Amino acid sequence: MAHLPESPASLRAQFGPHLNLAPPGGWDASTQAERTVATHCCFCGQQCGIKLKVAGNQVIGFEPWEEFPFNQGKLCPKGVKRYLQGAHPDRLLHAMKRTPTGFQPMDWNEAMERTVSEIQRIQDRYGKDAFALLSGVSLSNEKSYLAGKFARLGLGTRNLDYNGRLCMVSAGAGNKKAFGVDRAANSWADIEGADVIWVTGANVAECAPITTDYIWRARDRGAKLIVVDPRITPLARTADLALPLKPGTDSALTNGILHLLDKWDLVDRAFVRDHCNGFEETLAAARDCTPEWTSRITGLPVAAIEQAARLWGEAKTSFLMHARGIEHQSKGVENVNSCINMVLATGRIGRPSCGYATITGQGNGQGGREHGHKCDQLPGNRDIENPEHRAHVCSVWGCTDEELPRKGLSAQEIMNEIHAGGIKGLLCLCFNPAVSLPDTTFTREALEKLEFFVGFDFFLSETAQHADLVFPSALHEEDEGTATSAEGRVIRLRKAVDSPGEARPDWRIMVELAHRLGKGRFFDHFTSPEAIFTELRRASSGGTADYGGITYGKIERQMGVFWPCPTEDHPGTPRLFEGGRFFHPDGRARFIPTPWRPPMEEVDAEYPVWLTTGRVVFHYLSGTQTRRIGFLVAQCPHPYVEIHPRLAQVHGLKDGDAVEVTTRRGTLVLPAKVVATIRPDTVFIPYHWPGPLGANRLTARNLDPVSKIPEFKVSACRLTPTTPDRFPPELLELQRQAAAARLLPEKVLGW
Amino acid sequence: MVGGELGFFIDAQRCIGCRSCVAACGECGTHRGHPMIHLDELDRSASTQTGPTVCMHCEDPICAMSCPADAIKRTEDGVVHASQKPRCVACQNCELSCPFGVPIVLPGLEQMLKCDLCYDRSSIGLKPMCATVCPSQALLFAPRHEVAAMRNAQPLREFQVGSLTIRTRTAVMVPDPGTPLNLDAALLIEGGF
Repeated sequence: MAHLPESPASLRAQFGPHLNLAPPGGWDASTQAERTVATHCCFCGQQCGIKLKVAGNQVIGFEPWEEFPFNQGKLCPKGVKRYLQGAHPDRLLHAMKRTPTGFQPMDWNEAMERTVSEIQRIQDRYGKDAFALLSGVSLSNEKSYLAGKFARLGLGTRNLDYNGRLCMVSAGAGNKKAFGVDRAANSWADIEGADVIWVTGANVAECAPITTDYIWRARDRGAKLIVVDPRITPLARTADLALPLKPGTDSALTNGILHLLDKWDLVDRAFVRDHCNGFEETLAAARDCTPEWTSRITGLPVAAIEQAARLWGEAKTSFLMHARGIEHQSKGVENVNSCINMVLATGRIGRPSCGYATITGQGNGQGGREHGHKCDQLPGNRDIENPEHRAHVCSVWGCTDEELPRKGLSAQEIMNEIHAGGIKGLLCLCFNPAVSLPDTTFTREALEKLEFFVGFDFFLSETAQHADLVFPSALHEEDEGTATSAEGRVIRLRKAVDSPGEARPDWRIMVELAHRLGKGRFFDHFTSPEAIFTELRRASSGGTADYGGITYGKIERQMGVFWPCPTEDHPGTPRLFEGGRFFHPDGRARFIPTPWRPPMEEVDAEYPVWLTTGRVVFHYLSGTQTRRIGFLVAQCPHPYVEIHPRLAQVHGLKDGDAVEVTTRRGTLVLPAKVVATIRPDTVFIPYHWPGPLGANRLTARNLDPVSKIPEFKVSACRLTPTTPDRFPPELLELQRQAAAARLLPEKVLGW
Repeated sequence: MVGGELGFFIDAQRCIGCRSCVAACGECGTHRGHPMIHLDELDRSASTQTGPTVCMHCEDPICAMSCPADAIKRTEDGVVHASQKPRCVACQNCELSCPFGVPIVLPGLEQMLKCDLCYDRSSIGLKPMCATVCPSQALLFAPRHEVAAMRNAQPLREFQVGSLTIRTRTAVMVPDPGTPLNLDAALLIEGGF
């Protein structure tokens, strides 16, 4: 049903990505801002404060917000240029329907009626769960909460999940196992005083750029920096210890460190005795992880492993941070727990300058994963299968237990089930699985099988191109709300401008749909984001992620409130676990044994090279927004293959040469970028692009058994030199566009 | 007002190559979309090291001395400005003479543009755009007397170019010689692959 209605080239001509190069009205210096709106960046989990300059209901630029404590005016290039997504020629202004000749504007009321009748038809015929909802955590807390409630009570489906499944779920699951709560243990303020900073699987400089300054300030004090990554990232360039380990061997390294901490008696035995369970079993699982064994598995020198253990073990204060590098694996949760084991063994948590955090990736990756946006979760980070938790949420929502669906499928499992024919209808918002899920050929096949697919989107994403019907939605700067940063700080998003055309915030579209589905009694009182937040506070109250005492006014006065914040007179909790009190009922933390196991796909004679994927500083996730902003595309127009000179030489490749990268899923032809900063047995491709430029055409649908996160970071591939005529036309077009964007004509500049 | 106490410091050791400085430079009110600074990869094949180039604001600016049209002015507060449009003849003398590689004559504009310390901002006590947004604070605008204590690098404002001694308003931070440098991943791995 949902094949593309016209060619990709024709869709690109109509819906972009086109490049926005200049603010509305050009660069004429006479355009003065009427006002500035202090809000936050829409990209990444750091949620930097930024002031948007507004004139004539359009965002015309930005001003640094130096008073906001987290970033004090600092911004990465995505934040600086983010305002150019606003008055963008690609914006969807009306509901759109697919026709045999392409997408056409559609009357709003007709679009609503058609959507409702298709949802009802599919659910009547195939059952409630045959209609699924996929959502995302670039949405505010209010919209994330509403998406969870809308799926359960509006659609009555158990099959709701979100793109955080590709992001933070391994960290979340690992943290809940170890600590009984899913939040960074500390605010970033505790980084600066740490004596040792251990960064693993996190390209901080590119994916959390503002965090760099926190780390550099610690180093100004003399802190030692250890960076674990198959590549020498910009942060690792000057690290005291750069450990370029083999992809997929992270828990072997951390087990090896734990083994040495015990052997050298660098364990805080009193802390372990008084505040933790499971140490002996965990140590037993690492018994054979000698430095020699660890070296064999990870490909790191014994001396480096021993030095790392010594630096970590002997420190008085420390901060350990990790991100998708260790989490995007089929043992992502084990990797996370093996890191936490290292932290717990030293007792350096819950005190000033002693910290631990996952660096949450997506804009609202923290808040969006707390309030029922996941297939197994209810608000307040409650468990959908726990009778007490269900009873609390039923009482807030005014529904019966029978009306509240149970646990559903996770994001990749939903796509698998669409492909298998069990799920027939889909609502997708704030998620671009055609780019971001692994094995994109499979994803495309699945989307083509849907009987009815409706999207909410502000631009026609590569996924929405498969939709039958698309509602135009609002940008971040077009609505009020809150988000929660990687630190666990709840912050206020402010509306700067009205949405153009008929575009409106996702929450309004969901509330209208719910009303038309006959479920108005659960949704009609949501007349503003604050009304949704008021209910979210009640629903989260008493859960681990307790927002009960947080109000919009308090967030603005305090410039953010760290949860848990159970009552209005509670100031919030920047640092968790003080006094060694954890969130499990017995107050103790858990060591979790993480016996070593290899990744699900390993290199072999046929596919002899490791492939890993990741981000660049100029783009955000699937690129739906950043691939439309001229400056960002000019800096990084298309993907490439990072390859070590030794490996390049083996294949006779020079910098810029065309190289075919093949895995069991598919093939890409991209330029080689020959750099000494990557392991010689590994190549890297950034993943922000669609179709024949998409790294996820190569990655596998291998999932972590607990978190269901795909193993984006470890695949086996084969390299074959080829000729430039095999570069996809899309790549050449992007090169042309980027070259044009770099040579801004005088009329665009206004000089 | 920008006075003697506030200084501009370039610390390439901290630079992460994100080009936020370049992006933000173009957003400064008077720069109208054109970045007046640049950032280079030094040799990407060997390292991720990058270097931002902002104007050093020399006490005796060679660019101004070499300008046949007297288009480059230094104000009393020590800021060397971009060329004055009516005077600039786009001869590129400044580009060739500057020992730091700062001025650039744009083909489309026929005018030399360069860092003016975001004069509309710095002259009223605000930081330049680049140093405000720089995520790693490789570009730092801060009180001079605090910098040595803040950083594990030392500011340098005097440069010897041939027989010429150049004193600058902007400082380059010289790292501690003991700072580690990790370049080739293969060399960090025992036994190769």
